Parts: sequence; C-alpha cells; structure tokens
Amino acid sequence: MSESPDVKVAPWTGPQRPYDIIKEGTIAFIVVAILTIGLALVFSSPDDPQVTVQQWSTKAPIDFAQTALSELNGTSGTAQYGAPYNTASAGQQLGPFTLAKWLGATIPVNTVRDFVVDPLTDQPATPALSKALAQWKGASSAQRTTWVDAYTKVSGKMTFANGTVSVPTSAAGPVPVMINTLEQMARSGALDQALVTQNGFYTSNFTLPLLFLADGSYLGDLAQQRHLLGTQWGMMNETGNYPGQAWLWLYTFWYQVPPFSTSANADIQVWGIMMLLSLVLLLVPFIPGLRSIPRWTRVYRLIWRDHYRSQGA
Amino acid sequence: MAGSLLAALVSLDGAGHYFHWHWIDISYANLTVIALMVVTFVAALFVPFPGRRSKKETK
Amino acid sequence: MSSTEIDRQWTTRLRRRAARRLPPEKMLPDTQPAYVASWIYVFGVTTLSALAVVILSGFILALKGPQWWHVSGIGHFVNSLHLWSVEIFFFAMVIHLWGKFFMAAWRGGRSLTWVTGVVTFLTSIATAFTGYVSQTNFDSQWISTQAKDGINSTGAGSFFNVLNFGQMLMWHIVLLPLVAVILTGLHVLMVRAKGVVPPFEEKVEAR
Repeated sequence: MSESPDVKVAPWTGPQRPYDIIKEGTIAFIVVAILTIGLALVFSSPDDPQVTVQQWSTKAPIDFAQTALSELNGTSGTAQYGAPYNTASAGQQLGPFTLAKWLGATIPVNTVRDFVVDPLTDQPATPALSKALAQWKGASSAQRTTWVDAYTKVSGKMTFANGTVSVPTSAAGPVPVMINTLEQMARSGALDQALVTQNGFYTSNFTLPLLFLADGSYLGDLAQQRHLLGTQWGMMNETGNYPGQAWLWLYTFWYQVPPFSTSANADIQVWGIMMLLSLVLLLVPFIPGLRSIPRWTRVYRLIWRDHYRSQGA
Repeated sequence: MAGSLLAALVSLDGAGHYFHWHWIDISYANLTVIALMVVTFVAALFVPFPGRRSKKETK
Repeated sequence: MSSTEIDRQWTTRLRRRAARRLPPEKMLPDTQPAYVASWIYVFGVTTLSALAVVILSGFILALKGPQWWHVSGIGHFVNSLHLWSVEIFFFAMVIHLWGKFFMAAWRGGRSLTWVTGVVTFLTSIATAFTGYVSQTNFDSQWISTQAKDGINSTGAGSFFNVLNFGQMLMWHIVLLPLVAVILTGLHVLMVRAKGVVPPFEEKVEAR
C-alpha cells in the first residue's frame, strides 16, 4: 500500500542542471508587475457607487414604505431570519443540524425597534410624530398588532404623492404617521445616518442599514440588472464586463441545479458540499484511486518528456 | 490630473455580456479568463522549455 | 556548563534541526534535477510574484485608507493594480495546482506540501472575499448581503459578521493575509527542503 507509485518515489540521484532560482524569481516578479500595470492601465477597475437609503426611498418610495411596513409587521426577510439576528425561525438546517440556531442570536436585531421606532425617536419632534410615538409606546402589543394589521390589509392600495405615503384606512392608529415620517426621514438622508449611528459617534458596522436595504426590492433589482443574482451565477460575476471571482464557479454552480435550486436549505447544503469537496482536495494524496489519476492520465509524460526520452523510456 | 491620465483605455463598464446555454450562464469576461487558463496550461505542457537538453539526448 | 547541556538546549536542537533540514544549498540551490525543464514549473513562482504585487498594491491602499480610491484617480489606479494582480494570482495558482496534480507532486513524503498548498488556496479565497466586501461600494453592499446567508447558515455568522465593514476590513488586511503569507512561506520551505518531485519511474515499461 505505502509502496504505491502514487505515494513513494525514490530520491533523485540523477544529473542536475544549473538553475538560477533568484534570477527566475526576479524575472517572474518583473513580468507580473508589468502585466499588472498594463492590465490596470488598459482596463482600470469597476467601482459602481454605493446605494443609500436616501437613493432607494427617492427612486422607489413605495418599495421603501412597503419594506418599512414589513419590518413593522414582521414579514421582512430580517424579521423572519432566525439566528444570528433573532429567534423568529430555526433557520437553515442540514439534516438534524441547525447550526445557526445552536450558535444563537449573537447579533440581535429587532426590526420594529431598530428599523422604525428608534430612528423615528431620533427625529426632531413634530407634534404629529410625538403623538404617534407616544401612542405606539403606550399601547399594548395586541393593540399594536391590530393597528399594523389594519395598515397591512390596505397596503396594496398604498400611494405616494407630494412626498407623502397614503393608505385608505383610519383604523391603523399611529402607523400611517410612523411609515410616512420614516419615508420622509429616508428621503432626507437622515435614516442613513440614524441606522449607522446607533452604536454612537464612530462606526464601522453597517449591519442594520445593509439588512434594511436587502429587505427591499430595490437593491436586488439593481443587482439583477447587473447580472449578480445568485440564480444568475452572480457570485462569480463582477459589475460591467470585468472578470469576477471566477474561482467561485463550483460554489455558485450548485445553486443552479436541483435539488439546491429549489431548496430552502440550499445555503447550508451547498456549503456542506463545498466543505466536503475542499476536504477531498486537501486529502488527495491519501485517497486511493483519486491519487492515481495523474499516473493513469499520463499527462506527466508531456511534462517530463525530455527525461523519459533521455532514459529511452 | 494624474487621475485622468490613469483612466481606462478600454472601458469595461456598461452592460455586461453573458454566455447563456441551457442552465450555464457565465460572463464573457469570466469565460475569457477560464479559457485563457486552460490555453495557458496546455501551452505550458507543449511549448518547449528553453535550454532543455533536447536534441543531444534524443539520439 | 557541559557540552551535553548545550546539546540539550531547545535553541541548539532547533538550530541543528533547521540546518539539517534546510542547509543553505537546499534553501538557495544553484542547480535543479535535470527533469525540471518545463514551462509548468514557472506557475509557482508566478503565483508568488503576483502575491507580492497584491501585497504591495494593498500597502499603498492601506496608506490612504479604505475610501481613498473612490475619490482619487491615483487611488483608483492602485485599486486596479490590486484587482488585476489578484486575478493573475488566482490564474497562476490554479494552473500551478493543475500542474502539481498531474505530476502527483505529493509523492516521496511531500503530502504536507500539497496540504499547505490547498489550505493556502482556500485562505486566499477567503481573503479575496473579505476584500470584495470591504470595497465600500455597490459591489460590497450586494456581495455582503448575499454572502451573509451562506455564512450564517453554517453558524459562522454568529461571530463572522460580513455586514460589519470594520470587522471584514481587519480580516482582509491583517488576519487573513498574515495566515496566507505564513502558509505560503511554509509551503515554499517544504518545497526547498524536499526538492522538486521526481518523475514517475517507468523503467519496467521501458524494457
């Protein structure tokens, strides 16, 4: 077994030839540096500008208001996510393993508080907003649910005109004022700031604004136009005509084919497969059969053709 | 100033182009990179390495 | 102080072991076995060179901070250098991997060299990923909000938050490059210690 030609090889005792390793390294570095400079000069690099909540709510006011509502009524992606943001669902599972749930909600996000109520509380008070917030904060959770449900029921008839979000209901308590003020706050740019400054003055954590953005359709629509969706093999793509992370081809491939393309647990399944395949790649030298492929395919005869020729083999 | 001199000669911005065949969907940029890798690999196997002791030992 | 006491020192033992495993003529050899004569051998050093350009261009970006390249033409050019050297890095590394596979370069006690190479490859993918999410542009917004689902599903999201820009930037410019460079160093030292894998022995077939 250990005498297999795929494992053992006798140390080389044959002829040597001069080989200037430092010169080789220097030449390689210079060639790569020149090639890099050339490619950078000719093709530059992509830099599609960031999306702001202000831009989103200005370009797609209804989508923003509907997303804000989904944070309130608990139907948004974040609200229903599970770990690490909350305990709303068990999250994805691989057979009996709910890995995310086991590790817990370590980055707690309460969509009602973090995306709606807290930012509104940061706003300069207006009589209408102060009244609405007081009404909301003083209400029982059953009362809040009743208001939000009433708003949700008519949200399909939501309109946006003259900077105002309107729905045809009078049974939603403070919710119309809250949604509308959040919309105006977003369009002024204040919500971008409010979402990142919840940790104080300095910040480098964009979890909240990114989750909020991702709950809407606007970001996804832009990504679809740029061919970046997961279903478009987007993981390996870059904006424009730039090459992307081509090395992710196998990872993104699995998402395109059944059963993963329709699985609710696709992420953990694909990760499981990729972990396993990475382990296989790592252990190639120890896996009988796999480690014999080089000997069977005889590609090495091309690489060492001079050697075999000189041996008369 | 220096910035404008360093702008791209060939712009790759703008709408991307994609090769779509059944469920395969890949940008021409990535396809080019992968094709170049295969071509480079095959070339590395076949192109004679300079300074190799070829002719002397063949006889 | 007896010589046996010196012999037993950790320092002495480490030095002797290092000198035995990697004498100067192995560390910086002036010859290679005659069979080392193919273009396929240049992709290892090409990968190393690209890594050097990646790190140098990254140093320049680090000098000015993560947002500089959005507002400066020179910054954007340095970003381009960083991007294209990464593309060359992976390009060369994958060809290097294909070549070493078809040479079965793990033979003769070189399996750990293969293993460190694969771990370096995987580390590089993680390093590139954290770079993509640290660009502070549309790309990083989209990639991070997409990638969070994959990483969260494994449970790793509970401590590796791809939406936390500061955390991702630290991983990208400190932790992962450090690991990648250390692994690369070990990988190269192993190659130097063991030498380039000899060809398959075909004497039986030759007769």
